Amino acid sequence: MVKLILRKQEYEVRPGMTLQDALKKNNILPEGVLCTRDGELITEDEILKDGDVIKLIAAISGG
Amino acid sequence: MKCRVCGQKAVVNMRQHKLALCKDHFLEWIPEQTERFIEKYKMFTREEKVLVAVSGGKDSLSLWDILQRLGVQADGLYICLGIDDQRAPIGEGLSYSSESQRLTEKFAAERSLKLHIVDVQKEYGATIPQFALKSHRGRGKPCSVCGLVKRHVMNRIARDFGYDVLATGHNLDDEAAVLFGNTLTWAGEYLLRQGPVLPGTPGLARKVKPLCRIYEREMLAYALLRGIEYIYDECPFSFGSTSIYYKQLLNRLESDRPGAKQSFYLSFLEARKSGLFAEREEIQAELHLCPNCGQPTSAPGLCSFCRMMSR
Repeated sequence: MVKLILRKQEYEVRPGMTLQDALKKNNILPEGVLCTRDGELITEDEILKDGDVIKLIAAISGG
Repeated sequence: MKCRVCGQKAVVNMRQHKLALCKDHFLEWIPEQTERFIEKYKMFTREEKVLVAVSGGKDSLSLWDILQRLGVQADGLYICLGIDDQRAPIGEGLSYSSESQRLTEKFAAERSLKLHIVDVQKEYGATIPQFALKSHRGRGKPCSVCGLVKRHVMNRIARDFGYDVLATGHNLDDEAAVLFGNTLTWAGEYLLRQGPVLPGTPGLARKVKPLCRIYEREMLAYALLRGIEYIYDECPFSFGSTSIYYKQLLNRLESDRPGAKQSFYLSFLEARKSGLFAEREEIQAELHLCPNCGQPTSAPGLCSFCRMMSR
């Protein structure tokens, strides 16, 4: 499985799908986050592999 | 996805520009764009002294970094608001203000940059949350008081130390969210004042927003790729704020129509330029000077900040 982590929330998706599809499946807008794997930024067309841990970093700030 | 410039693996894809870039070319592209907008909107010249308002967040620290790289003489101003995150576990030291101050001081020290620090509690006798409890502004929520105090302090430091320009790290998402809110209520006076440059008046430094054309997501990418250590946690008072709500709404629009946020903001600037709103001079003519602090105010007598302080 592939794990997505956004702040303290975790999501799981099946490997083989693109990052963009994984975000959509979990109702996460790609426009609001950046995604890293092993500390490296990756783009939405990246195909997720079994065991991947994708850390999502929220872009929105302000008050 | 490949970098459009060199064909290496891209790390950032900007759908609104139909542009994907690798790390090295993205880190070149952001300062180039910033410089382009500084020139396009005539924000400042190389001879002028710039004061950058830094909060410890990704945008303002990145802006300071970019200005240094562009060779702009820019000093920083950090305003300690005295805001602690009440939800943080006791003993973990997770104080929003002290952590953001630590990161800002570290950033400045590592680059040998000059940083002014104003501690609101030490200088004015109360923290922002304490002022909010005393004030009628914002009905107990400190954001309105916070904005008022920050504007006053920024203007004061710029004036006292002879800075020509005050630069803030507002990005395109910040600007689009403010525009969206003001458009929903047709807040004409606010719409009139919004833009990349707010001209200076006697007693008030010019305000500029060099990042106003760059998406928030791109600024985050810049901070991460440049290795800038910034405060990731939000101000505890920003949860549930309308500005964040508007940003989320606009991102939903952007998701379906890449470039929608940019188009919204740029179309507004064009509409204003072509005369959709009243001329700025009509507003400027009504400014008065506060008899206490000397800063411009819209009505005769004490300004909003001095009225709050006198209570």
